[in-house]
Amino acid sequence: MKTKITDIASVIRSKNSGPYELTFDIIFNTHRDFELVRDSGFINEKLICSLYNLTPDKIISIIAFSPAKAIKATIKRPLCSGDIGETDVYGAQQHAPLLGLEFDIH
Amino acid sequence: MREEFRILSTTAILGYGFPVESFEEGMKRNPHLIAVDAGSTDPGPYYLGAGVSFTDRGAVKRDLEFMIKAGVERKIPVCIGTAGGSGGEPHLAWNREIIEEIAKENNLNFKLAIIHAELSKETVINAFNAGKIKASEAAPLNLELLNETTRIVAQMGVEPFIKAYEGGADVILAGRAYDPAVFSGIAVANGYNMGLATHLGKILECAAICATPGSGSDCMFGYVGEDYFRIEPLSNARKCTTVSVAAHTLYEKSDPSILPGPGGHLDLTEAHFEQESDSIVRVSGSKYVKSKKYTLKLEGARKVGYRTVSIAGTRDPVMMEQMDNIIKGVKARVADNFKDRDTAYDLSFIIYGRDGVMGALEPLRNSPKSHEFGIVIEAIADTQELANTICATARSTMLHYGYEGRRATAGNLAFPYSPSDFKAGEVYAFSVYHLMEVDDPAEFFPIDYIEL
Repeated sequence: MKTKITDIASVIRSKNSGPYELTFDIIFNTHRDFELVRDSGFINEKLICSLYNLTPDKIISIIAFSPAKAIKATIKRPLCSGDIGETDVYGAQQHAPLLGLEFDIH
Repeated sequence: MREEFRILSTTAILGYGFPVESFEEGMKRNPHLIAVDAGSTDPGPYYLGAGVSFTDRGAVKRDLEFMIKAGVERKIPVCIGTAGGSGGEPHLAWNREIIEEIAKENNLNFKLAIIHAELSKETVINAFNAGKIKASEAAPLNLELLNETTRIVAQMGVEPFIKAYEGGADVILAGRAYDPAVFSGIAVANGYNMGLATHLGKILECAAICATPGSGSDCMFGYVGEDYFRIEPLSNARKCTTVSVAAHTLYEKSDPSILPGPGGHLDLTEAHFEQESDSIVRVSGSKYVKSKKYTLKLEGARKVGYRTVSIAGTRDPVMMEQMDNIIKGVKARVADNFKDRDTAYDLSFIIYGRDGVMGALEPLRNSPKSHEFGIVIEAIADTQELANTICATARSTMLHYGYEGRRATAGNLAFPYSPSDFKAGEVYAFSVYHLMEVDDPAEFFPIDYIEL
């Protein structure tokens, strides 16, 4: 049985980190689930690249932050916030591909 | 042991509002400082470039009236950072006028300090030529870009706030400021720890967003002690929990442990979050590390033209299937139509239902599940007139474009409005987002004092 991320994470969001970067936060409900996912290495560069059509050089960092039970990934924005052709000035609606994640952890 | 330094943060952004009950709860705790952050780069480059506030004048006046009346009557300093949303000269002037109105209407007398944060192009170009500003891969910078830039502001650290406070200001209206400094400056001036005050400021600048349930329009209260700080919501409906406060540390930042700011960084690798009571969180271990060279972050925007948009939709599955070809065909037709004239322009189409929200990041672009598409036709050109012309031509061309397999020959677009096209005015883009080395942290932030 796979575990759905929406069953173990209370917050899944995206937001600008300055106009040139986009940052994703996944905040887990329990320390146990946070640690299981963190230690499984499931949320890695390859996964973020495949979810967002990115090449690895666009990934700035993937960080686990224990005090918040959170895993954070930061990428370079394809276009700077507000540039011509850019579609999400605040970067707050780029999280959806993360909502469908499922894990093989128990 | 001396008493805690107490700070009332009224709302996440000046003009977003707060319940009077929460404000009064805050005043009951006898704050040493009433402060608010008034800005952000989030709403995009337009507001900085055009010199316009993204917050509403009436809403800003409402919030400030509570703060200034209470502060002046009880001799508590009031601090406003990043006036007018972007903190440039027109933003400061806009907010200053509101404060003068409040003073007059309420018969209040006080000393107002205005801290400027807009840098002349000449200053920035000289610094660039002297190698004090570094371009980066994400944000290129050259003289041409600098020359085209309309307005540049720098994020001030605590030093100008301390100077204004020591200069006897009752109300401090600051231009572009590093958000936490609006809250931490006066605590630091009173000898409290820079790391703790900065971390608390980082949380207070978003007011009740760090509570659960979070809110962008409610107050928050902070206490700085000798080796800790505490954070408390002022509405019974909210609580601060270790997780809600720690989670807020992640917000809008790429690394939650190392947070760079003017002159150094906040190091939270050893920060400890502790639940003191049902709704109060106590934090310790936050450190401030000074950098070798003091740097200020610059923000600049340049004008790229004028925009006209047309909004439409389609419910036709054949058209939706053919969308890429149709857009290609429309662009070619428009280009051909004006090929004999000197017409530099940018024409683009946002297709909602396909990749309108995520653009290049959209994984489902080629397999959308929508039964209808929303279409925004957007033209940008050097004049509003030309943008109107390009948008109108693209709109009429798309309306009657004879695509492959078409059955519906009466018209391809559903327009929700008449007129169908909207002049969106000036368009700006971020052109500067760089660090500048300085010798004196207060040098570029001159202060005016005004007796009201």
